[in-house]
Amino acid sequence: MTDIAPHRYGFFTDTSVCIGCKACEVACKEWNELPDDGFVFEANSYDNTGALGASTWRHVAFIEQSRPVELPSADEGIERWLMSSDVCKHCTHAACLDVCPTGALFRTEFGTVVIQEDICNGCGYCVSACPYGVIDRREGDGRAWKCTMCYDRQRGGLEPACAKACPTDSIQFGPLDELRERAEERVERLHADGHTEARLYGESPDDGVGGAGAFFLLLDEPEVYGLPPDPVVTTRDLPSMWRWAGAAALSLAGAVAVAFAGSRRGARR
Amino acid sequence: MVPEAEFRSYYGRPVLKAPVWHEPHMPTYLYMGGLSGVSSVMAVMAGLTGHERLARTARVAAAIGAVAGAGLLTAELGRPSRFLNMFRVFKPTSPMSMGSWILAAQGGLSAVAASTELTGILPAVGDAAVLATGLTGPLTATYTAVLIADTAVPVWHEAYRELPFLFAGSALASAGAVGMLATPRAEAGPARVLAVVGAAVESVAGLLMERRLGPIGEPYRVGKAGRLMLSARVLTAGGGLLAAVAGRGRALTALSGLALTAGALCTRFGILEAGRASAGDPKYTVVPQRQRLNT
Repeated sequence: MTDIAPHRYGFFTDTSVCIGCKACEVACKEWNELPDDGFVFEANSYDNTGALGASTWRHVAFIEQSRPVELPSADEGIERWLMSSDVCKHCTHAACLDVCPTGALFRTEFGTVVIQEDICNGCGYCVSACPYGVIDRREGDGRAWKCTMCYDRQRGGLEPACAKACPTDSIQFGPLDELRERAEERVERLHADGHTEARLYGESPDDGVGGAGAFFLLLDEPEVYGLPPDPVVTTRDLPSMWRWAGAAALSLAGAVAVAFAGSRRGARR
Repeated sequence: MVPEAEFRSYYGRPVLKAPVWHEPHMPTYLYMGGLSGVSSVMAVMAGLTGHERLARTARVAAAIGAVAGAGLLTAELGRPSRFLNMFRVFKPTSPMSMGSWILAAQGGLSAVAASTELTGILPAVGDAAVLATGLTGPLTATYTAVLIADTAVPVWHEAYRELPFLFAGSALASAGAVGMLATPRAEAGPARVLAVVGAAVESVAGLLMERRLGPIGEPYRVGKAGRLMLSARVLTAGGGLLAAVAGRGRALTALSGLALTAGALCTRFGILEAGRASAGDPKYTVVPQRQRLNT
Protein backbone atom coordinates (compact mmCIF):
# COMPACT_ATOMS: atom_id res chain seq x y z
CA MET A 1 0.00 0.00 0.00
CA THR A 2 2.97 2.32 0.30
CA ASP A 3 3.77 2.36 -3.41
CA ILE A 4 4.23 5.82 -4.86
CA ALA A 5 1.19 6.60 -6.96
CA PRO A 6 2.05 7.29 -10.58
CA HIS A 7 -0.43 10.16 -10.88
CA ARG A 8 -1.39 13.30 -9.07
CA TYR A 9 -5.02 12.87 -8.11
CA GLY A 10 -7.65 15.56 -7.93
CA PHE A 11 -11.24 16.69 -8.10
CA PHE A 12 -13.01 18.20 -11.07
CA THR A 13 -16.22 19.79 -9.80
CA ASP A 14 -18.53 20.49 -12.74
CA THR A 15 -21.02 22.93 -11.23
CA SER A 16 -23.18 22.92 -14.37
CA VAL A 17 -24.64 19.56 -13.30
CA CYS A 18 -24.76 20.18 -9.54
CA ILE A 19 -28.32 19.83 -8.23
CA GLY A 20 -27.59 21.10 -4.71
CA CYS A 21 -28.48 17.84 -2.96
CA LYS A 22 -25.64 18.21 -0.42
CA ALA A 23 -24.96 14.46 -0.56
CA CYS A 24 -21.25 15.41 -0.73
CA GLU A 25 -21.48 17.41 2.49
CA VAL A 26 -23.24 14.55 4.25
CA ALA A 27 -20.95 11.83 2.89
CA CYS A 28 -17.91 13.87 3.93
CA LYS A 29 -19.24 14.35 7.45
CA GLU A 30 -20.13 10.68 7.80
CA TRP A 31 -16.88 9.26 6.48
CA ASN A 32 -14.60 11.71 8.26
CA GLU A 33 -16.72 11.79 11.45
CA LEU A 34 -16.85 15.59 11.47
CA PRO A 35 -18.75 17.49 14.17
CA ASP A 36 -21.98 19.24 13.15
CA ASP A 37 -22.07 22.87 12.11
CA GLY A 38 -24.44 23.98 14.85
CA PHE A 39 -27.73 23.84 12.89
CA VAL A 40 -27.60 27.51 11.92
CA PHE A 41 -30.25 29.13 9.73
CA GLU A 42 -28.34 31.49 7.45
CA ALA A 43 -31.31 32.66 5.33
CA ASN A 44 -29.08 32.57 2.24
CA SER A 45 -31.10 30.41 -0.16
CA TYR A 46 -30.58 26.73 0.75
CA ASP A 47 -27.15 27.33 2.25
CA ASN A 48 -26.99 26.78 6.00
CA THR A 49 -23.31 25.91 6.36
CA GLY A 50 -22.07 29.21 4.93
CA ALA A 51 -18.47 28.45 4.08
CA LEU A 52 -15.77 25.82 4.26
CA GLY A 53 -14.31 25.47 7.74
CA ALA A 54 -12.70 23.20 10.29
CA SER A 55 -15.74 20.90 10.30
CA THR A 56 -17.14 21.64 6.82
CA TRP A 57 -14.88 20.16 4.15
CA ARG A 58 -17.43 20.24 1.34
CA HIS A 59 -19.70 23.27 1.11
CA VAL A 60 -22.52 23.67 -1.41
CA ALA A 61 -23.12 27.27 -2.44
CA PHE A 62 -26.58 28.33 -3.68
CA ILE A 63 -26.93 31.48 -5.79
CA GLU A 64 -30.33 32.59 -7.06
CA GLN A 65 -30.04 34.88 -10.08
CA SER A 66 -32.66 36.70 -12.12
CA ARG A 67 -31.63 37.45 -15.65
CA PRO A 68 -33.24 37.51 -19.07
CA VAL A 69 -32.78 34.50 -21.34
CA GLU A 70 -33.43 34.32 -25.06
CA LEU A 71 -35.73 31.48 -25.96
CA PRO A 72 -37.71 31.16 -29.20
CA SER A 73 -40.87 30.25 -27.27
CA ALA A 74 -40.77 32.84 -24.51
CA ASP A 75 -39.28 36.28 -24.10
CA GLU A 76 -39.74 36.47 -20.34
CA GLY A 77 -36.79 36.53 -17.96
CA ILE A 78 -36.41 33.50 -15.74
CA GLU A 79 -34.47 32.76 -12.60
CA ARG A 80 -31.22 30.86 -12.73
CA TRP A 81 -29.86 28.83 -9.86
CA LEU A 82 -26.16 28.34 -9.50
CA MET A 83 -25.05 25.52 -7.25
CA SER A 84 -21.49 24.59 -6.56
CA SER A 85 -19.77 22.24 -4.15
CA ASP A 86 -16.63 23.94 -2.86
CA VAL A 87 -13.68 22.06 -1.37
CA CYS A 88 -10.00 22.50 -0.48
CA LYS A 89 -8.06 23.25 -3.68
CA HIS A 90 -4.99 21.09 -2.80
CA CYS A 91 -2.81 23.75 -4.48
CA THR A 92 0.38 22.97 -6.34
CA HIS A 93 2.00 25.81 -4.40
CA ALA A 94 0.13 25.48 -1.10
CA ALA A 95 0.59 28.42 1.26
CA CYS A 96 -0.76 26.43 4.25
CA LEU A 97 1.89 23.77 3.71
CA ASP A 98 4.66 26.33 3.17
CA VAL A 99 3.99 28.27 6.38
CA CYS A 100 3.23 25.34 8.72
CA PRO A 101 6.00 25.54 11.36
CA THR A 102 5.66 21.98 12.70
CA GLY A 103 5.57 19.97 9.49
CA ALA A 104 2.05 18.81 10.38
CA LEU A 105 0.91 19.72 6.85
CA PHE A 106 2.51 17.57 4.18
CA ARG A 107 2.23 16.57 0.51
CA THR A 108 0.97 13.04 0.09
CA GLU A 109 1.96 10.47 -2.52
CA PHE A 110 -1.26 11.43 -4.37
CA GLY A 111 -0.16 15.06 -4.70
CA THR A 112 -2.71 16.22 -2.13
CA VAL A 113 -2.14 18.37 0.98
CA VAL A 114 -3.03 16.78 4.34
CA ILE A 115 -2.68 17.73 8.03
CA GLN A 116 -1.31 15.22 10.52
CA GLU A 117 -3.63 15.72 13.47
CA ASP A 118 -1.17 14.19 15.94
CA ILE A 119 1.41 16.86 15.10
CA CYS A 120 -0.57 20.09 14.58
CA ASN A 121 -0.15 22.34 17.61
CA GLY A 122 -2.83 24.81 16.59
CA CYS A 123 -0.61 27.79 15.82
CA GLY A 124 -3.19 29.05 13.33
CA TYR A 125 -0.67 30.22 10.73
CA CYS A 126 -2.19 28.14 7.92
CA VAL A 127 -5.58 29.77 8.56
CA SER A 128 -4.28 33.21 7.63
CA ALA A 129 -2.11 31.90 4.80
CA CYS A 130 -4.80 30.17 2.72
CA PRO A 131 -5.87 32.47 -0.15
CA TYR A 132 -9.23 30.65 -0.38
CA GLY A 133 -10.22 30.76 3.30
CA VAL A 134 -10.47 26.95 3.40
CA ILE A 135 -8.57 25.78 6.46
CA ASP A 136 -9.64 26.74 9.99
CA ARG A 137 -8.94 25.98 13.62
CA ARG A 138 -11.65 24.00 15.40
CA GLU A 139 -12.87 25.64 18.61
CA GLY A 140 -12.52 23.39 21.62
CA ASP A 141 -10.17 21.07 19.77
CA GLY A 142 -7.49 23.68 19.12
CA ARG A 143 -6.12 22.15 15.93
CA ALA A 144 -6.48 23.09 12.27
CA TRP A 145 -8.58 20.87 10.01
CA LYS A 146 -9.45 20.63 6.33
CA CYS A 147 -10.28 18.23 3.50
CA THR A 148 -7.80 15.35 3.13
CA MET A 149 -9.29 14.27 -0.21
CA CYS A 150 -10.10 11.16 1.85
CA TYR A 151 -6.45 10.17 2.18
CA ASP A 152 -7.46 6.97 3.99
CA ARG A 153 -9.88 5.94 1.23
CA GLN A 154 -7.33 6.75 -1.49
CA ARG A 155 -4.75 4.57 0.23
CA GLY A 156 -7.33 1.79 0.17
CA GLY A 157 -7.93 2.31 -3.57
CA LEU A 158 -11.31 4.00 -3.10
CA GLU A 159 -12.49 7.36 -4.38
CA PRO A 160 -13.25 10.11 -1.83
CA ALA A 161 -16.62 9.94 -0.10
CA CYS A 162 -18.02 13.11 -1.71
CA ALA A 163 -17.26 11.94 -5.25
CA LYS A 164 -18.68 8.50 -4.45
CA ALA A 165 -21.91 10.02 -3.15
CA CYS A 166 -22.43 12.63 -5.89
CA PRO A 167 -25.50 11.43 -7.87
CA THR A 168 -24.86 13.57 -10.99
CA ASP A 169 -21.06 13.18 -11.29
CA SER A 170 -20.71 16.89 -10.63
CA ILE A 171 -17.80 15.83 -8.42
CA GLN A 172 -15.35 13.74 -10.42
CA PHE A 173 -12.23 12.19 -8.93
CA GLY A 174 -9.25 10.88 -10.83
CA PRO A 175 -5.75 11.56 -12.17
CA LEU A 176 -5.46 15.32 -12.55
CA ASP A 177 -4.24 15.33 -16.16
CA GLU A 178 -7.20 13.17 -17.23
CA LEU A 179 -9.62 15.43 -15.35
CA ARG A 180 -8.18 18.51 -17.08
CA GLU A 181 -8.72 16.96 -20.51
CA ARG A 182 -12.25 15.97 -19.60
CA ALA A 183 -12.95 19.48 -18.30
CA GLU A 184 -11.69 21.12 -21.52
CA GLU A 185 -14.04 18.90 -23.53
CA ARG A 186 -16.94 19.76 -21.24
CA VAL A 187 -16.35 23.50 -21.60
CA GLU A 188 -16.16 23.20 -25.39
CA ARG A 189 -19.41 21.26 -25.37
CA LEU A 190 -21.14 23.87 -23.20
CA HIS A 191 -19.84 26.69 -25.38
CA ALA A 192 -21.12 24.89 -28.49
CA ASP A 193 -24.51 24.61 -26.77
CA GLY A 194 -24.57 28.37 -26.24
CA HIS A 195 -23.45 28.50 -22.60
CA THR A 196 -20.62 30.89 -23.33
CA GLU A 197 -20.41 31.87 -19.65
CA ALA A 198 -18.94 28.46 -18.76
CA ARG A 199 -15.30 28.70 -17.68
CA LEU A 200 -12.76 26.63 -15.78
CA TYR A 201 -11.37 27.85 -12.48
CA GLY A 202 -8.11 26.62 -10.98
CA GLU A 203 -7.21 24.27 -13.85
CA SER A 204 -4.23 26.25 -15.17
CA PRO A 205 -0.74 25.39 -13.88
CA ASP A 206 0.16 29.01 -14.72
CA ASP A 207 -2.14 30.60 -12.13
CA GLY A 208 -1.05 32.14 -8.81
CA VAL A 209 -1.07 28.81 -6.95
CA GLY A 210 0.50 26.78 -9.76
CA GLY A 211 -2.85 25.15 -10.51
CA ALA A 212 -5.30 23.60 -8.09
CA GLY A 213 -5.59 19.89 -7.42
CA ALA A 214 -9.31 20.52 -7.09
CA PHE A 215 -10.63 22.70 -9.91
CA PHE A 216 -14.06 23.78 -11.07
CA LEU A 217 -16.29 24.50 -14.03
CA LEU A 218 -18.19 27.68 -13.14
CA LEU A 219 -21.05 29.50 -14.85
CA ASP A 220 -20.23 32.98 -13.52
CA GLU A 221 -17.33 34.95 -12.05
CA PRO A 222 -15.53 33.09 -9.23
CA GLU A 223 -16.33 35.80 -6.65
CA VAL A 224 -20.06 35.10 -7.15
CA TYR A 225 -19.39 31.67 -5.64
CA GLY A 226 -17.24 33.17 -2.85
CA LEU A 227 -14.00 32.23 -4.60
CA PRO A 228 -11.09 34.69 -5.04
CA PRO A 229 -10.82 35.73 -8.72
CA ASP A 230 -7.00 35.68 -8.86
CA PRO A 231 -5.48 33.99 -5.80
CA VAL A 232 -1.70 34.09 -5.39
CA VAL A 233 0.30 31.96 -2.95
CA THR A 234 1.66 34.44 -0.39
CA THR A 235 5.05 32.69 -0.17
CA ARG A 236 5.79 33.72 -3.77
CA ASP A 237 7.02 37.03 -2.30
CA LEU A 238 8.81 35.47 0.68
CA PRO A 239 12.39 36.02 -0.57
CA SER A 240 11.54 39.67 -1.13
CA MET A 241 9.96 39.89 2.33
CA TRP A 242 13.12 38.55 3.96
CA ARG A 243 15.22 41.05 2.02
CA TRP A 244 13.14 43.98 3.29
CA ALA A 245 13.25 42.60 6.82
CA GLY A 246 17.01 42.10 6.53
CA ALA A 247 17.40 45.72 5.47
CA ALA A 248 15.29 46.81 8.44
CA ALA A 249 17.33 44.62 10.82
CA LEU A 250 20.59 46.13 9.56
CA SER A 251 19.20 49.65 9.81
CA LEU A 252 18.09 48.93 13.35
CA ALA A 253 21.55 47.71 14.38
CA GLY A 254 23.09 50.71 12.63
CA ALA A 255 20.77 53.14 14.41
CA VAL A 256 21.72 51.73 17.81
CA ALA A 257 25.43 51.87 16.97
CA VAL A 258 25.16 55.50 15.86
CA ALA A 259 23.16 56.46 18.94
CA PHE A 260 25.93 55.16 21.20
CA ALA A 261 28.80 56.45 19.10
CA GLY A 262 27.34 59.94 19.43
CA SER A 263 27.04 59.74 23.21
CA ARG A 264 30.39 58.23 24.02
CA ARG A 265 31.98 61.33 25.42
CA GLY A 266 29.07 62.14 27.71
CA ALA A 267 29.33 58.76 29.35
CA ARG A 268 32.97 59.14 30.21
CA ARG A 269 32.47 62.49 31.86
CA MET B 1 -13.39 60.67 -1.76
CA VAL B 2 -12.71 57.59 -3.86
CA PRO B 3 -16.01 56.11 -5.07
CA GLU B 4 -16.95 52.80 -3.50
CA ALA B 5 -15.59 50.05 -5.74
CA GLU B 6 -18.19 47.83 -7.40
CA PHE B 7 -17.66 44.16 -6.75
CA ARG B 8 -19.61 40.91 -6.51
CA SER B 9 -19.50 38.43 -3.67
CA TYR B 10 -21.28 35.45 -2.16
CA TYR B 11 -23.86 37.10 0.15
CA GLY B 12 -21.15 39.55 1.26
CA ARG B 13 -19.34 36.74 3.06
CA PRO B 14 -15.57 36.99 3.47
CA VAL B 15 -13.40 35.04 1.02
CA LEU B 16 -10.64 34.64 3.62
CA LYS B 17 -10.64 33.37 7.18
CA ALA B 18 -9.83 36.12 9.66
CA PRO B 19 -6.61 35.57 11.67
CA VAL B 20 -7.35 33.37 14.70
CA TRP B 21 -4.65 34.95 16.88
CA HIS B 22 -6.07 36.62 19.96
CA GLU B 23 -5.56 39.63 22.14
CA PRO B 24 -3.62 40.41 24.19
CA HIS B 25 -1.26 37.50 23.38
CA MET B 26 -0.26 38.06 19.79
CA PRO B 27 0.10 41.87 19.69
CA THR B 28 1.78 41.91 23.10
CA TYR B 29 4.23 39.30 21.84
CA LEU B 30 5.03 41.50 18.84
CA TYR B 31 5.80 44.33 21.28
CA MET B 32 7.88 42.07 23.56
CA GLY B 33 9.88 40.71 20.63
CA GLY B 34 10.70 44.23 19.50
CA LEU B 35 11.62 45.33 23.00
CA SER B 36 13.84 42.30 23.54
CA GLY B 37 15.57 42.51 20.17
CA VAL B 38 16.57 46.16 20.36
CA SER B 39 17.41 45.91 24.08
CA SER B 40 19.95 43.23 23.15
CA VAL B 41 21.67 45.46 20.62
CA MET B 42 21.55 48.27 23.17
CA ALA B 43 23.16 45.98 25.76
CA VAL B 44 25.97 45.16 23.34
CA MET B 45 26.66 48.78 22.44
CA ALA B 46 26.26 50.06 26.01
CA GLY B 47 28.73 47.43 27.17
CA LEU B 48 31.25 48.33 24.49
CA THR B 49 31.01 52.08 25.16
CA GLY B 50 31.15 51.85 28.94
CA HIS B 51 27.52 52.69 29.76
CA GLU B 52 27.40 50.05 32.48
CA ARG B 53 24.15 51.02 34.14
CA LEU B 54 22.31 51.18 30.82
CA ALA B 55 23.84 47.87 29.74
CA ARG B 56 22.40 46.25 32.86
CA THR B 57 18.92 47.64 32.19
CA ALA B 58 19.10 46.50 28.57
CA ARG B 59 20.22 42.97 29.44
CA VAL B 60 17.32 42.56 31.85
CA ALA B 61 14.79 44.08 29.42
CA ALA B 62 16.02 41.79 26.63
CA ALA B 63 15.57 38.69 28.77
CA ILE B 64 12.16 39.70 30.12
CA GLY B 65 10.93 40.56 26.61
CA ALA B 66 12.04 37.26 25.08
CA VAL B 67 10.88 35.02 27.92
CA ALA B 68 7.52 36.77 28.35
CA GLY B 69 7.10 36.74 24.57
CA ALA B 70 7.73 33.00 24.38
CA GLY B 71 5.19 32.47 27.16
CA LEU B 72 2.57 34.50 25.30
CA LEU B 73 3.20 32.54 22.10
CA THR B 74 2.78 29.25 23.90
CA ALA B 75 -0.48 30.40 25.46
CA GLU B 76 -1.63 31.44 21.99
CA LEU B 77 -1.42 27.90 20.59
CA GLY B 78 -4.53 25.79 20.18
CA ARG B 79 -2.55 22.98 21.84
CA PRO B 80 -0.01 24.65 24.17
CA SER B 81 1.23 21.24 25.35
CA ARG B 82 2.59 20.71 21.84
CA PHE B 83 4.77 23.83 21.95
CA LEU B 84 7.89 21.73 21.38
CA ASN B 85 6.54 20.64 17.99
CA MET B 86 7.81 24.04 16.81
CA PHE B 87 11.26 22.46 16.94
CA ARG B 88 10.50 19.30 14.94
CA VAL B 89 11.65 20.97 11.74
CA PHE B 90 13.81 23.83 10.51
CA LYS B 91 11.73 25.22 7.68
CA PRO B 92 12.87 28.31 5.76
CA THR B 93 9.51 28.62 3.93
CA SER B 94 7.76 29.17 7.28
CA PRO B 95 8.53 32.48 9.00
CA MET B 96 7.00 31.00 12.15
CA SER B 97 9.47 28.11 12.08
CA MET B 98 12.38 30.49 11.53
CA GLY B 99 10.96 32.77 14.20
CA SER B 100 10.72 29.93 16.70
CA TRP B 101 14.42 29.16 16.24
CA ILE B 102 15.34 32.84 16.37
CA LEU B 103 13.29 33.36 19.53
CA ALA B 104 14.72 30.24 21.15
CA ALA B 105 18.25 31.53 20.55
CA GLN B 106 17.36 35.06 21.61
CA GLY B 107 15.56 33.83 24.76
CA GLY B 108 18.33 31.47 25.82
CA LEU B 109 21.18 33.88 25.17
CA SER B 110 19.49 36.91 26.70
CA ALA B 111 18.48 34.90 29.79
CA VAL B 112 22.12 33.85 30.26
CA ALA B 113 23.31 37.44 29.71
CA ALA B 114 20.86 38.83 32.27
CA SER B 115 21.53 36.10 34.88
CA THR B 116 25.28 36.57 34.81
CA GLU B 117 24.82 40.33 35.00
CA LEU B 118 22.57 40.09 38.06
CA THR B 119 24.41 37.29 39.90
CA GLY B 120 27.97 38.16 38.90
CA ILE B 121 28.65 34.49 38.16
CA LEU B 122 30.69 33.67 35.03
CA PRO B 123 30.75 37.21 33.60
CA ALA B 124 32.73 36.11 30.54
CA VAL B 125 29.96 33.71 29.54
CA GLY B 126 27.44 36.51 29.91
CA ASP B 127 29.54 38.82 27.77
CA ALA B 128 29.80 36.18 25.03
CA ALA B 129 26.04 35.60 25.21
CA VAL B 130 25.25 39.29 24.94
CA LEU B 131 27.51 39.62 21.90
CA ALA B 132 25.63 36.76 20.25
CA THR B 133 22.33 38.53 20.91
CA GLY B 134 23.72 41.36 18.83
CA LEU B 135 22.89 39.05 15.90
CA THR B 136 19.67 37.45 17.13
CA GLY B 137 18.27 40.74 18.48
CA PRO B 138 17.70 42.58 15.18
CA LEU B 139 16.16 39.41 13.73
CA THR B 140 13.84 39.01 16.71
CA ALA B 141 12.63 42.59 16.29
CA THR B 142 11.96 42.40 12.54
CA TYR B 143 11.09 38.80 11.58
CA THR B 144 7.59 39.36 12.98
CA ALA B 145 6.91 41.68 10.05
CA VAL B 146 7.62 38.78 7.67
CA LEU B 147 5.50 36.54 9.89
CA ILE B 148 2.35 38.56 9.34
CA ALA B 149 3.16 39.68 5.77
CA ASP B 150 3.48 36.04 4.68
CA THR B 151 -0.29 35.54 4.81
CA ALA B 152 -3.21 36.03 2.45
CA VAL B 153 -4.44 39.01 4.53
CA PRO B 154 -4.28 41.89 2.01
CA VAL B 155 -3.49 44.67 4.49
CA TRP B 156 -0.54 42.66 5.83
CA HIS B 157 0.80 41.02 2.70
CA GLU B 158 0.73 44.13 0.52
CA ALA B 159 2.63 46.05 3.24
CA TYR B 160 5.60 43.69 3.31
CA ARG B 161 8.04 46.41 2.30
CA GLU B 162 7.19 48.93 5.03
CA LEU B 163 6.17 46.62 7.89
CA PRO B 164 9.74 45.60 8.83
CA PHE B 165 10.73 49.27 9.12
CA LEU B 166 7.55 50.08 11.03
CA PHE B 167 8.34 47.25 13.44
CA ALA B 168 12.02 48.21 13.66
CA GLY B 169 11.11 51.82 14.46
CA SER B 170 8.54 50.77 17.00
CA ALA B 171 11.04 48.37 18.59
CA LEU B 172 13.70 51.10 18.83
CA ALA B 173 11.18 53.38 20.50
CA SER B 174 10.03 50.60 22.87
CA ALA B 175 13.55 49.71 23.99
CA GLY B 176 14.55 53.37 24.22
CA ALA B 177 11.51 54.02 26.39
CA VAL B 178 12.25 51.15 28.79
CA GLY B 179 15.92 52.13 28.82
CA MET B 180 15.19 55.67 29.90
CA LEU B 181 12.48 54.67 32.38
CA ALA B 182 14.68 52.12 34.17
CA THR B 183 18.06 53.88 34.11
CA PRO B 184 19.16 56.99 36.04
CA ARG B 185 18.69 60.03 33.82
CA ALA B 186 22.37 60.97 33.69
CA GLU B 187 23.20 57.59 32.16
CA ALA B 188 20.20 57.16 29.87
CA GLY B 189 21.29 59.55 27.11
CA PRO B 190 21.68 56.93 24.34
CA ALA B 191 18.31 55.40 25.25
CA ARG B 192 16.69 58.80 24.73
CA VAL B 193 18.39 59.11 21.34
CA LEU B 194 17.05 55.66 20.38
CA ALA B 195 13.57 56.67 21.49
CA VAL B 196 13.64 59.76 19.28
CA VAL B 197 15.06 57.90 16.28
CA GLY B 198 12.63 55.01 16.72
CA ALA B 199 9.61 57.27 16.96
CA ALA B 200 10.70 59.06 13.79
CA VAL B 201 11.29 55.80 11.87
CA GLU B 202 7.96 54.36 13.00
CA SER B 203 6.06 57.51 12.04
CA VAL B 204 7.65 57.79 8.60
CA ALA B 205 7.28 54.06 7.82
CA GLY B 206 3.63 54.21 8.85
CA LEU B 207 2.93 57.18 6.61
CA LEU B 208 4.72 55.61 3.64
CA MET B 209 2.86 52.33 4.15
CA GLU B 210 -0.59 53.91 4.13
CA ARG B 211 0.30 56.09 1.19
CA ARG B 212 1.49 53.20 -0.98
CA LEU B 213 -1.34 50.83 0.00
CA GLY B 214 -4.09 53.21 -1.11
CA PRO B 215 -7.59 51.67 -0.92
CA ILE B 216 -6.22 48.30 0.29
CA GLY B 217 -4.91 50.13 3.38
CA GLU B 218 -8.37 51.39 4.37
CA PRO B 219 -8.59 49.03 7.39
CA TYR B 220 -5.69 50.95 8.95
CA ARG B 221 -7.78 54.13 8.80
CA VAL B 222 -11.32 53.16 9.77
CA GLY B 223 -13.11 51.53 12.69
CA LYS B 224 -11.41 50.16 15.77
CA ALA B 225 -8.14 49.55 13.93
CA GLY B 226 -8.19 53.11 12.62
CA ARG B 227 -8.63 54.48 16.15
CA LEU B 228 -5.79 52.31 17.46
CA MET B 229 -3.46 53.31 14.64
CA LEU B 230 -4.28 57.00 15.12
CA SER B 231 -3.65 56.71 18.87
CA ALA B 232 -0.37 54.95 18.09
CA ARG B 233 0.67 57.74 15.77
CA VAL B 234 -0.15 60.51 18.27
CA LEU B 235 1.46 58.72 21.23
CA THR B 236 4.58 57.80 19.27
CA ALA B 237 5.09 61.27 17.81
CA GLY B 238 4.38 62.94 21.14
CA GLY B 239 6.56 60.53 23.09
CA GLY B 240 9.36 60.93 20.56
CA LEU B 241 9.28 64.72 20.81
CA LEU B 242 9.24 64.54 24.61
CA ALA B 243 12.16 62.10 24.60
CA ALA B 244 14.29 64.80 22.99
CA VAL B 245 13.90 66.94 26.11
CA ALA B 246 13.34 64.16 28.66
CA GLY B 247 16.89 64.47 29.99
CA ARG B 248 15.78 67.61 31.85
CA GLY B 249 13.43 66.02 34.36
CA ARG B 250 11.94 62.93 35.89
CA ALA B 251 8.37 63.81 34.96
CA LEU B 252 9.28 64.37 31.32
CA THR B 253 11.10 61.04 31.25
CA ALA B 254 8.10 59.21 32.71
CA LEU B 255 5.66 60.90 30.35
CA SER B 256 7.77 60.21 27.29
CA GLY B 257 8.58 56.60 28.19
CA LEU B 258 4.97 55.74 28.94
CA ALA B 259 3.67 57.46 25.79
CA LEU B 260 6.16 55.57 23.61
CA THR B 261 5.33 52.24 25.26
CA ALA B 262 1.61 52.85 24.86
CA GLY B 263 2.19 53.92 21.25
CA ALA B 264 4.15 50.76 20.42
CA LEU B 265 1.40 48.61 21.96
CA CYS B 266 -1.34 50.51 20.07
CA THR B 267 0.57 49.92 16.82
CA ARG B 268 0.63 46.15 17.38
CA PHE B 269 -3.02 45.90 18.51
CA GLY B 270 -4.04 48.14 15.60
CA ILE B 271 -2.22 45.98 13.07
CA LEU B 272 -3.91 42.79 14.32
CA GLU B 273 -7.31 44.50 14.23
CA ALA B 274 -6.67 45.85 10.73
CA GLY B 275 -5.73 42.34 9.61
CA ARG B 276 -9.04 41.02 10.90
CA ALA B 277 -11.00 43.78 9.16
CA SER B 278 -9.06 43.26 5.94
CA ALA B 279 -9.70 39.50 5.85
CA GLY B 280 -13.29 39.93 7.03
CA ASP B 281 -14.53 42.04 4.11
CA PRO B 282 -14.56 40.42 0.64
CA LYS B 283 -14.03 43.88 -0.88
CA TYR B 284 -10.36 43.90 0.07
CA THR B 285 -9.83 40.46 -1.48
CA VAL B 286 -11.96 40.67 -4.61
CA VAL B 287 -11.44 44.26 -5.84
CA PRO B 288 -7.62 44.24 -6.14
CA GLN B 289 -7.63 40.76 -7.69
CA ARG B 290 -10.32 41.75 -10.19
CA GLN B 291 -8.37 44.90 -11.08
CA ARG B 292 -5.27 42.76 -11.61
CA LEU B 293 -7.18 40.50 -14.00
CA ASN B 294 -8.73 43.40 -15.91
CA THR B 295 -5.43 45.18 -16.58
